[in-house]
Amino acid sequence: MSTALGELRMQVIWTRMISIVEEQAQTLMRTAFSTTVRDAGDLSAALFDLQGRLVAEAVTGTPGHVNSMAEGVRHFLARFPVETMKPGDHFITNDPWLTAGHLHDVTVVSPAFHQGRVVGLFGVCCHQVDIGGLGQGPDGRSIYEEGLQIPLMKLADAGRVNQDLLDILCQNVRTPVQVKGDVLSYITSNEAAARRLSSMLAEFVMADLTEVADYIIARSLSATRAEIAKLPDGKWTSTLVIDGYDKPVTLVGTLTIDGDSLTMDYEGTDPCLPRGINVVLNYCRAYTVFGLRCVISPDVPNNFGALEPFRVTAPEGSILNVQRPWPVAARHVIGQMLPDVVFGCLSQAIPDRVPAEGSSCLWSVQLRGRLPAQGNGREGDPFDAIFFNSGGSGARPGQDGLSGTAFPSGVRAMPVEVTESAAPIVIWRKQLRTDSGGPGERRGGLGQTVEVAMRDGSSFEVLAMFERVERPAKGRDGGRDGAAGLVRTSGGKPMRAKGLQTIPAGERLVLEIPGGAGLGDPAARDPAKIRQDIDEGMISPEAARRDYRLDVGHLDIDGEEPEIRIEARSS
Amino acid sequence: MKCTPERSPSSAAKIGADIGGTFTDVVLEAEGRRHSTKLLTTYEAPERALLDGVRLLLGETGIAPAQVSLVVHGTTLATNALIERRGVKLAMLTTEGFRDALALGTESRFDQYDIGMEKPEPLVPRRLRLGIPERMDALGNVLLDLDEQHVREAAARLREEGVESVAVAFLHSYVNPAHEMRVAEILREEIPGVSISLSCEVSPEMREYERFSTTTANAYVQPLVDAYLRRLEIRLKEMGFACPLYLMLSSGGLTTVETAARFPVRLVESGPAGGAIFAASVASECGEDRVLALDVGGTTAKICLINDGVPQTSQVFEVGRVHRFRKGSGLPLRIPVVEMVEIGAGGGSIAAVDSAGRLAVGPHSAGSEPGPAAYGRGGERPTVTDADIALGRIDPSRFAGGKVALKPDNSRAALAGLGLWGGDAETLAVGVSEIVDETMASAARVHAVEQGMTLDERTLIAFGGAAPLHAVSFAEKLGIGRVIVPSGAGVGSAVGFLRAPVSYEVARSMAMRLDQADFVRLNALLDEMAREARELVKAGAPDAPRIERRVCLARYQGQGYEIPFEIPAGTLNGDDAAALRAGFEQAYRGQYGGMVLDLPIEMLTWRVTVSAAGFHADAARSAPPAREAVPVGSRRVIDPASGEACDFALYAREEMQPGARFSGPALVAERETTTVVSPRFDGYMDQRGYLVLTRREQGDRR
Repeated sequence: MSTALGELRMQVIWTRMISIVEEQAQTLMRTAFSTTVRDAGDLSAALFDLQGRLVAEAVTGTPGHVNSMAEGVRHFLARFPVETMKPGDHFITNDPWLTAGHLHDVTVVSPAFHQGRVVGLFGVCCHQVDIGGLGQGPDGRSIYEEGLQIPLMKLADAGRVNQDLLDILCQNVRTPVQVKGDVLSYITSNEAAARRLSSMLAEFVMADLTEVADYIIARSLSATRAEIAKLPDGKWTSTLVIDGYDKPVTLVGTLTIDGDSLTMDYEGTDPCLPRGINVVLNYCRAYTVFGLRCVISPDVPNNFGALEPFRVTAPEGSILNVQRPWPVAARHVIGQMLPDVVFGCLSQAIPDRVPAEGSSCLWSVQLRGRLPAQGNGREGDPFDAIFFNSGGSGARPGQDGLSGTAFPSGVRAMPVEVTESAAPIVIWRKQLRTDSGGPGERRGGLGQTVEVAMRDGSSFEVLAMFERVERPAKGRDGGRDGAAGLVRTSGGKPMRAKGLQTIPAGERLVLEIPGGAGLGDPAARDPAKIRQDIDEGMISPEAARRDYRLDVGHLDIDGEEPEIRIEARSS
Repeated sequence: MKCTPERSPSSAAKIGADIGGTFTDVVLEAEGRRHSTKLLTTYEAPERALLDGVRLLLGETGIAPAQVSLVVHGTTLATNALIERRGVKLAMLTTEGFRDALALGTESRFDQYDIGMEKPEPLVPRRLRLGIPERMDALGNVLLDLDEQHVREAAARLREEGVESVAVAFLHSYVNPAHEMRVAEILREEIPGVSISLSCEVSPEMREYERFSTTTANAYVQPLVDAYLRRLEIRLKEMGFACPLYLMLSSGGLTTVETAARFPVRLVESGPAGGAIFAASVASECGEDRVLALDVGGTTAKICLINDGVPQTSQVFEVGRVHRFRKGSGLPLRIPVVEMVEIGAGGGSIAAVDSAGRLAVGPHSAGSEPGPAAYGRGGERPTVTDADIALGRIDPSRFAGGKVALKPDNSRAALAGLGLWGGDAETLAVGVSEIVDETMASAARVHAVEQGMTLDERTLIAFGGAAPLHAVSFAEKLGIGRVIVPSGAGVGSAVGFLRAPVSYEVARSMAMRLDQADFVRLNALLDEMAREARELVKAGAPDAPRIERRVCLARYQGQGYEIPFEIPAGTLNGDDAAALRAGFEQAYRGQYGGMVLDLPIEMLTWRVTVSAAGFHADAARSAPPAREAVPVGSRRVIDPASGEACDFALYAREEMQPGARFSGPALVAERETTTVVSPRFDGYMDQRGYLVLTRREQGDRR
């Protein structure tokens, strides 16, 4: 067979392996019990070689999991050497420091056998809604308060499920049926993938994955290095100050590019806190590399070779490299801000390819209240409800930011009608927030206004985990900031962005979700786009006058039927 | 035009007509013979090509319009209007506070790493999405009365704007439609003549984004489709047709002009649905109960699973995906639709080198203009067809009956231009062919998993111009050992139209826990739905026996995904609860494995389908005597699986007799395409003229 045909064969096998892990992810979504996996797609599924290197990964998934698991599999191999593995073995952990950064993410790794030998490892990592403890909020003071810890151990031994572990698990969580069902579904999906891999090896008459894994990794490594080498050499620092729990947190990143090597170092970042918003290094790496890859090498399939050139370091004990036993449950609040730090550095190196800051942290609204009383003198049963909302993303080179769209998170929002059917609440408004997109030649995406109350008007509580309330997304290259977030009651009383609070009877919780920042001088914005924005109510006539220096003539308040005269503008 | 020798199932004259993006196919079946013709689609007045085709076939057969008992029509008119945004000027009235539901969608990105991605634009601009004060809760109780004065003011605004169609979509209208109905009354008074689509009629199911999107899509094309169908009906009458005109639905059923004109959004997948019905009818004729259908045209490949002669169906479809056929990049439509995966892989798909230096094929297509490089019409980028030509699979002198003169040198030059692998055109051609087959196979595998089904025990039925060239390689990749290439494959959709039953599906949401079910309310709902569906079917097939199916979509309380299970088509009472629970649990285990959970079951959505008894395969004819097929020549062709060139025997399908047997490697050429038989397959022509290809017993792979 010629070299070219050998090359082609490798490509075909590569495509096949990506299709196998995509099947693994789909099987997981179909068999899992928790909505985080099924509906929100909060998972990852991947194939590793015997050195623990990521070889192929499902397209379905979210960045925090995907890249964290890529770090974690070598720990499994160190604890359980390949030579000791038997068919039907499955290994499990939720150790935040080994995999995805909080106890709610459970990882299961399983050997894949072919002709009696281990040829690779399939891994899945999924977000459990419940892992016991305080629940997923920032209020824990240490990891011990945050839920059940599962060390690296066997979930199944030669096909026999570890019943002791399942019993302990079920005893420790509020929803044992879902959690147990989910854990068993991990086994189902890894086994399905392993069968598929074995038949692929048979079809291509291969004994193992060594040759193809080396090929895939070498190819991706050189493609990624080539992209890095195209970037200018240098060192750039960016500082992002975010709201934090009760006082601001400073994140400092320094990007160094030297030929085809790249390092992101977080020296200068604040120390960790006795609140569960700390980030382990794996998770810090995951969102950092995600931000880098979005700009530098988005088309290279994700694997060890595609990740390897990106070095990420953070001082031990900082909020981005927290050590045991500090709390970590709500680590996404800070982790999802890291692409903005990355973009802050990259924008100095390659100004034309980088978006402005966005709202970035998902506004997930966790509510607690009571169902209406049944009239027997007892108060109604308690309920919990959760729904996701996204603000605006930052303006992009040549394009406005996306309105009401999750970035960098990969989750989906649930329908209002479904949320209202599951809990006695009414979402009275969920609408784009006029003027919240940062002005610029390219405008930031708009945030949303969300109003929610009890159906019967009774009081209720919110477990707030909101960001960018004190400090909005910053504009770039003359672009202006996005609107900051705002949390208040419909009566006008301001509320805190983090922590448990009560909304009094008869009032609504009002959330003004932040907008993305603008890029470039607003005065340079195409007047036709400004006119369209007014026409569509994305910006008000007042804002057009104020931010874009546009004489908009006589307009009614809704921006309807505008008569716009564009006059000579100066910046 | 051509006519095929096999008998069609009925002797009454019937006409099927499929208007596609490029071609309009018309098929006439009469007295056991099938006649067909292919014309270029006439965009400005689509009925013209259709009527021309009908006249042509009537002239050919000497049949008078009055002798035709049935005309079935499918069209991409609605689909193209949606994709190309050529619908009417549209406004939307929705619950105040939710005018952006269409723009927000799922609030997610369909491509993780692409920071330049754009979401599909809503069909209604924001300025014409107007909030109306009103509100229902999830149980259908009025939380806020409809502000009628506000509706009248909005109507005045729409009048000034010159709006031609209005979508009315309020929250929770699937449980209480009163406010939407009242708005319709007011709009008819205020702006008579403007088309009105209500979400409680178009898609009365929970989940606002899908319902709103479906309703606006319906409103966007309703005036266009309505006008077109009326014109067509009149023209057919003028020609002397007295028979009913039916429309093919996306679900694979048929409906009347009246219903199609009210709910044109249900027509969007009529062409592909016809193809699936065609494959299903071939499956029934051949006695194949587990089938994978592959339809490969110029720009896309469609893959569909067929069990027991029935294509899988689904309730959600995405139209106009803006980005690489990625899920989530189109407008969601919640309509009953034949379940299939469609990917950007066809004869016209362009090959290129990606940023990782890998060879990639599609999803971009050279279309029919400029077409593949071999057409010599200015196309310079290599396509799948160019690869097939360079590999020797297509005989340049026979292509399209000699109507298009192919230039193989152009193909080789375009392939070499990719610059990979030393620019060796033949090796690159193998690569293009392998990559496109692998892409189709990957899509089929993932689709099967999503459907909870397996592939390797299935028979592949391949049709559409490019499918026979790639079917065996595709089958080999999936472990499939049996492939059928039917005749009439080039006009499969139009043939399928004549195999479809008149049927209609009604869906409604009514949430209740099984252990607390209100059977009185439920029976009232189901009976009303059945009445509605029966009336629509009766209008189309007054005398045919009717089959009624009722399905419930349910889940364990607290879950987010429902699964369908069949319920009895009759009055339910408390005694049925145990049977319903058992039915749900059986369906659940079938889909997810052995787990049985002790949790309450929540029943959310109800569907009632009524169909007239439809096509039945005629009894198997006796097998023709076996004989050796006689090759008309041989060609040297590269086999991608081994990478080696070998001599493929060349057969002419038109000259082949039923019973003829041959062994791979072989090429069976016909006017529009060629069936490639790998060295590992044998084949024969069955009594219907279908090519049946089977994998030889193992031993010599690679």
